[in-house]
Amino acid sequence: MLVETGTVLAAEDLTVELGGLPVLRGVGIAVRAGEAVALLGGNGSGKSTLVRTVLGLLPHQRGTVRLFGSPLRDFRDWSRIGYVPQRSAALFGGSKVKEVVAAGRLARRRLFRPLPRADRDAVRTAITLVGLAEQRNADIAELSGGQQQRALIARALAGEPDLLVLDEPISGVDLEHQRVLADVLAGLLSAGTSALVVLHDVGPLGSLLDRAVVLSDGRVVHDGALGDLGQHRRRLGGHEYLDHGPAAAPDHDDRERLLGGAVEP
Amino acid sequence: MIEILSYPFMQRALIAALLTGLIAPAIGTYVVQRRLSLLGDGLGHVALAGVGLALLTGTAPIPIAVVACIAGAVVVEILRQRGKASGDVGLAAGVFLSGISGVGAAGLTQYLFGSLTTVTPNDLTLIALLAVVILVITLGLAPQLYAVSTDEEFARTQGLRVRLYHITVVSLAAVTVALAMRTVGLLLVSALMVVPVAAARNLVRGFTSGLGCAIAIGVATAVGGAAASFYINAAPGAFIVLLAIGFFVLSWPLSYLVRRRRAAAVLPELVDDDELVAAHMVTESHPHRHAPGCGHPAVQHGDHTDFIHEGHRHAAHADHYDEH
Repeated sequence: MLVETGTVLAAEDLTVELGGLPVLRGVGIAVRAGEAVALLGGNGSGKSTLVRTVLGLLPHQRGTVRLFGSPLRDFRDWSRIGYVPQRSAALFGGSKVKEVVAAGRLARRRLFRPLPRADRDAVRTAITLVGLAEQRNADIAELSGGQQQRALIARALAGEPDLLVLDEPISGVDLEHQRVLADVLAGLLSAGTSALVVLHDVGPLGSLLDRAVVLSDGRVVHDGALGDLGQHRRRLGGHEYLDHGPAAAPDHDDRERLLGGAVEP
Repeated sequence: MIEILSYPFMQRALIAALLTGLIAPAIGTYVVQRRLSLLGDGLGHVALAGVGLALLTGTAPIPIAVVACIAGAVVVEILRQRGKASGDVGLAAGVFLSGISGVGAAGLTQYLFGSLTTVTPNDLTLIALLAVVILVITLGLAPQLYAVSTDEEFARTQGLRVRLYHITVVSLAAVTVALAMRTVGLLLVSALMVVPVAAARNLVRGFTSGLGCAIAIGVATAVGGAAASFYINAAPGAFIVLLAIGFFVLSWPLSYLVRRRRAAAVLPELVDDDELVAAHMVTESHPHRHAPGCGHPAVQHGDHTDFIHEGHRHAAHADHYDEH
């Protein structure tokens, strides 16, 4: 199969079963170079499973995954990927913030060598970008949930990746820092970084995203511009990011709400 | 201390204790980080099976125990990775093995509680060689092992061969357990892998400092306990572990003090606050001239002197005073 040049992430016909239950059923998704794609869907629709599968963290029963043109099995260039998981075992404590973030440089590091200056600088820059400079020597467990989330984002940024895979990166982050992170992401995107962003609520990232893929019950039900989401509203009715209740605004307002940065208080 | 160094067997015993004190917390740090604190106990049973095998065949116990431990640890780890077994099954397997090898309680005491006098020169050479291997890996690969032990999934997205690192950690833990049977004994080696790590976490912050602190505690307790057992003529393992637990108990109140000091350091301080100085506040009309001995207490503030004046701090500036 030929992958068109410039596709950094491509999955086709992906089927994943967890514990015998199908979670993804023939999902296809692609992220082109420089593109920012939102992955939306309700709880249990398979968003995180899809992300974890394309990164090779979960096995798939059928389908293909390609990262930067290489089949997942042969992919070795992991420094090009920055992953922000939804939950991380790194948050249990016992590590300083800068130690957690430094793990984001591991794909670039050679064995049995002390941390080179370039890596140390990248770690410090990433910590400063997410606004945790003062907390960099604090134990990760002493931070608030939102600060921990920012530390995980710094860890992904520290590796200076070409593709960011973010699983609900701004959930639990306060409004002010959501905007800070949106600015950071905007800077990276304009510098050519690609992104696949799992979101529950488009929020302040809305204006940055080129395209949205919507999952429902393990299938792709929408793949296109964010603005077209309104047409799918009836089919997707009940999902929080689209429909805030029986008095939801008419269709033509959805685009504005999705793009305008409305955030749940 | 001079006296005990004059016995060759005691020299060997102290070096063996020193090496055990170095390696047990070094590998224990990763074992604890992976929440496998009971791994050492399970491996102790496997090592016992190795000792039993050695006694049956009349060979040296340590090399056999090392091989048996590594084999047992790798098998259990592979089973665990395949999701086929938990650590507990491995434990049971170890007990079973030691059972079928036909080892009774007699003659095993020295392996269970440690026995300093039985460290032969050959044992010491093997212990030293393997200790170097363990230290080079646990310290040299610290960033990789840290990532794999703390956040396995993220480590995989960094391209680390997680399974290989896991097998490395359990194999090194197995070697440590087998080597420690002469010094701490198989029953208590698990404690020497875990207790210094727990004490270090109370005392210092961060993974790297914790690793260093745990090793320091391990060395102090292993050497101290080995020396003490010579004078009291008792099994060294109990002394070593008692000392380690003593460190842990002491680390509790100490951690409280350390935390309070850190918290206090965060409070804003009166002196040397650039922002306060930068905000230039001129005092109200002030006819009094401050000078040393003018009746107002003088305090040094950075590069100049302030005078405490009715609860304010006045600093001379051109023809007036600033509030500092």
